Amino acid sequence: MSHEMTRRDEAATGLGLSVLVGGFLALPVVWRVVSLVLLFGAWEIAGQSNFNYAFPSFWETFTAFVEMLADGSMLAAYLRTMEPLVIGLVISLGVGISAGVAMGLREEFEWISLPVFIVMQAAPMAALIPLITFVYGIGLTAKVLAVVMLAMPVIAINSYKAVRNVPPSLVAMCRSFMGSRRQQIARVVLPAAAPMMFAGIRLGVAEGFSGVVLAELLITPTGIGDLITYNQSVAKFGHMYAAIVSIVLFAVIVVGVLQRVETAVFRPEKRSNR
Amino acid sequence: MTAAVENQPRPVPGGTSGTAAAPPIIEVRGISKIYGGEVVALQDVDLAFEEGRLISLLGPSGCGKTTLLKIVAGLLAPTAGTVHVKGRAVTGPGPERAFVFQDFALLPWATVLRNAAFGLEMQGVASGRREEIARHYVAEVGLSGFEDKYPHELSGGMRQRVGLARALAVNADVLLMDEPFSAVDEQTRRKFQEDLLRLRESERKTFLFVTHSIEEAVYLSDRIVLLSPRPGRVSRIIDPDVPRDGDPDEIRRHPVYLDTVEEIWHGIRKYVE
Repeated sequence: MSHEMTRRDEAATGLGLSVLVGGFLALPVVWRVVSLVLLFGAWEIAGQSNFNYAFPSFWETFTAFVEMLADGSMLAAYLRTMEPLVIGLVISLGVGISAGVAMGLREEFEWISLPVFIVMQAAPMAALIPLITFVYGIGLTAKVLAVVMLAMPVIAINSYKAVRNVPPSLVAMCRSFMGSRRQQIARVVLPAAAPMMFAGIRLGVAEGFSGVVLAELLITPTGIGDLITYNQSVAKFGHMYAAIVSIVLFAVIVVGVLQRVETAVFRPEKRSNR
Repeated sequence: MTAAVENQPRPVPGGTSGTAAAPPIIEVRGISKIYGGEVVALQDVDLAFEEGRLISLLGPSGCGKTTLLKIVAGLLAPTAGTVHVKGRAVTGPGPERAFVFQDFALLPWATVLRNAAFGLEMQGVASGRREEIARHYVAEVGLSGFEDKYPHELSGGMRQRVGLARALAVNADVLLMDEPFSAVDEQTRRKFQEDLLRLRESERKTFLFVTHSIEEAVYLSDRIVLLSPRPGRVSRIIDPDVPRDGDPDEIRRHPVYLDTVEEIWHGIRKYVE
């Protein structure tokens, strides 16, 4: 029963990415290598065919990547990008999860804050970034805000839905054995909500990556956004692609690691299935 | 033979059957429950249940039997009336009552042993002690060897056995069972009913049992409280005089068993559209 539920939750929250990553990691090593070789091979052939002068081959991209690693520009860019990303994600997780759980538990919080998160989630945030710049300038604050605005709504709304979806009979069960309200929340509601909450956290972290890159492209070019726009402007397409692919891979790895952590810490029943 | 007692006027607390009465452990006085200001689930229900018996609340859907059970459990507040268990008024769940849920209500992330120990965990029993107790009751319900399995690895019947072990482990005086066998298949259900009869012998407890199955009620109960729907009220109280000391299979062929089933069916068919 719990399995059907998680599958449904993940489908409902459109968590294709992490399912794909998980599926990929579950494959035997040989197949993983084969699928990567096929992908990069196809890329190489497409790059060699010269269908677009701005599309570098795989090898060109790879050497550019190694070059940027070697001269330290990649590391410097990531250190710069990580600052608003990490601060923004910490705020989003802290506020998003607390607000979501509070809304799930208490109707008065739901009335006050749910509409805000729903509007935030529905609004095309890229359109609001100029507004943020207008108010907060081009510094760190604006970039952190961009991350928060993209990451927080999905984290908060999923946490809220997760708490609401906890089977009422589980809570009644805890109550019938004289569990206090505190025990009900700590021993039943939060663990039962954890799978769906984590689905939201993975989505939110992925959104946070979009937010920081958007901010670095639209506000002022710094970090990885600078690497992309600069190399584009001087027509070093291999370097530009290397920067883009690196941030995509980084996001995928972070989301994959999150999933591992969730299974290891919160889902003993999934672990025992292996 | 069957002693059928009409319930008008109200029965005297302490029971109306012939046996020199054990004191009532549960007393229900004037209970009404109205949902949302209009749906009358229960109207002015008076009942008394004696210690050490197995009493079934039987009736068609909508007669408020689960509502009554949840009020006795302290999970629902009545609109009017009081419930006393062991002489104390019920204001919420208490240690002398344990509930067995229709949908099992097991924690999917916890092992069989931890689920069975959950009630003790809530009471703050130290983990070594509660594992010891839980292990005993897991064995009692026939699940030895499954202590470290997770609920999704068990069949429906086995899951409900965990629910039963959890309720037994807190050593309550009254076990409140809400259609405990309705979500398991027929074969498992029969086996479960036989086990429950055996369990009654070893555990000196009072069982309050909600069911919509006439056969199940007659097979298991010392007393059947028939509820009529809309509004829910007590229509009859029946003490089936079925011998339960012999082979469990004999009961289902016993003429008193068959007659009682038939009689109850004739009594409630008018409520079934």
